[in-house]
Amino acid sequence: MTHDDHGDEHHDHDHGHPHDHGPFQPDLKEPSEDWEFLEIALRELLIDKGVITAREVEDKIEEWDGKVPENGAKVVARAWLDPAFKKRLLADGNKAVAELGFEFPGLKLVVIENTSKVHNVIVCTLCSCYPRALLGLPPLWYKSREYRSRTVREPRAVLREFGTDLADSVEVRVVDSTADCRFLVLPRRPDGTDGWNEEHLAKLVTRDSMIGTALALTPQGERSS
Amino acid sequence: MTKRGVHDMGGDAAGPIDRHEHEPSLAERRIDAMMLLMRDQKRHLWLTDENRRTIESMAPGDYEAAGYYERWLHALRGLLVEKGVLTEAEISERLAAVRARYDAAEPTA
Amino acid sequence: MSPRFKIGDRVCVRADDHEGHHRTPAYLKGKSGVVVKKFGAWRNPEELAYGKPGLPKQPLYMVKFEMDGVWAGNGTYAKRDTVTADLYEHWLEPDGDRQTGSGT
Repeated sequence: MTHDDHGDEHHDHDHGHPHDHGPFQPDLKEPSEDWEFLEIALRELLIDKGVITAREVEDKIEEWDGKVPENGAKVVARAWLDPAFKKRLLADGNKAVAELGFEFPGLKLVVIENTSKVHNVIVCTLCSCYPRALLGLPPLWYKSREYRSRTVREPRAVLREFGTDLADSVEVRVVDSTADCRFLVLPRRPDGTDGWNEEHLAKLVTRDSMIGTALALTPQGERSS
Repeated sequence: MTKRGVHDMGGDAAGPIDRHEHEPSLAERRIDAMMLLMRDQKRHLWLTDENRRTIESMAPGDYEAAGYYERWLHALRGLLVEKGVLTEAEISERLAAVRARYDAAEPTA
Repeated sequence: MSPRFKIGDRVCVRADDHEGHHRTPAYLKGKSGVVVKKFGAWRNPEELAYGKPGLPKQPLYMVKFEMDGVWAGNGTYAKRDTVTADLYEHWLEPDGDRQTGSGT
């Protein structure tokens, strides 16, 4: 299990054999915190023992660097333009995003639609569950004690901190991701975007609008509340 | 009221949300990558649920003081030992060696 | 194992303490809500967290709670606001009085 089984030829100049963890790739910043030294120690030990290779770590980082909110924005823009796709997306998120080439393995991707009556906002009070496989790593605030604690109890105050002020006639529905589903908000399509193409629409779909802390941008590209 | 763990924080009072963006550092992305590798089909050393259990059993003070990826690193270390991949002795020894190496390379503390 | 609840059923979250890993948040324990979605059945995280198989799988439901039913006015929300959580069947009980007809 020490050899690379990716099947990519350019991986074959490998770092897989024991005691080869050099040259050390320089960190952008020298480690100074205890945990940074621990990260290095564990990584070196795992490489020395053949549990992982340095190349596998680098490839995994690269793979995850490719997961960005723009992927979700593409999904949302497609749903705004194509009612049949939207229907499939709301029925089975995993299958529908696969149509656009996005994998979402292991967990159930549930897309929930914001409407004029219901505004959904996602949180994970118990840890930090997030549709990472599509949007990439969550923002720091999503993982914070403040966001995780307060959103289920004072959603209107939290939304206001994000500049999102909704009428009392709208039901704010806080979705606590407590189990095996990962939620993606399908924000409302902004008025004044008739005739826009997918690429153009996708630019209005922010990460926060897919978490539900914000609305999609206005046609002028501004935040709306 | 029921007893609850330090991680089970829904409804607690807390201050304003710091909404600054933060680009994960290389060290943080490496921790993320290692966690994913430990759970992938090739290695399959443990499940997400075991990660969570390990993090939730941190002492409350440690949990609060730790950053997100410090908690993950705590889980990584704990589970590697629990699953018999590494020993605590090996980890301590390597940690000391890594520190010594960086101290030697950078005398300016 | 066929799911015990269906969409529209009123359910109450068990108010039990549970030593060890579980995915039922404390703020919802003892609270009453409505099943709004069913998400199939999943291995039980209370066992998976300790390296056990987590079988039989537990049906998973999205349950919706009125904010006011959870916080009784002690929060910042509008009257119609709600919160949902995904809860495994063994944490749910029929909510006696107000149940809207699941079986007999």
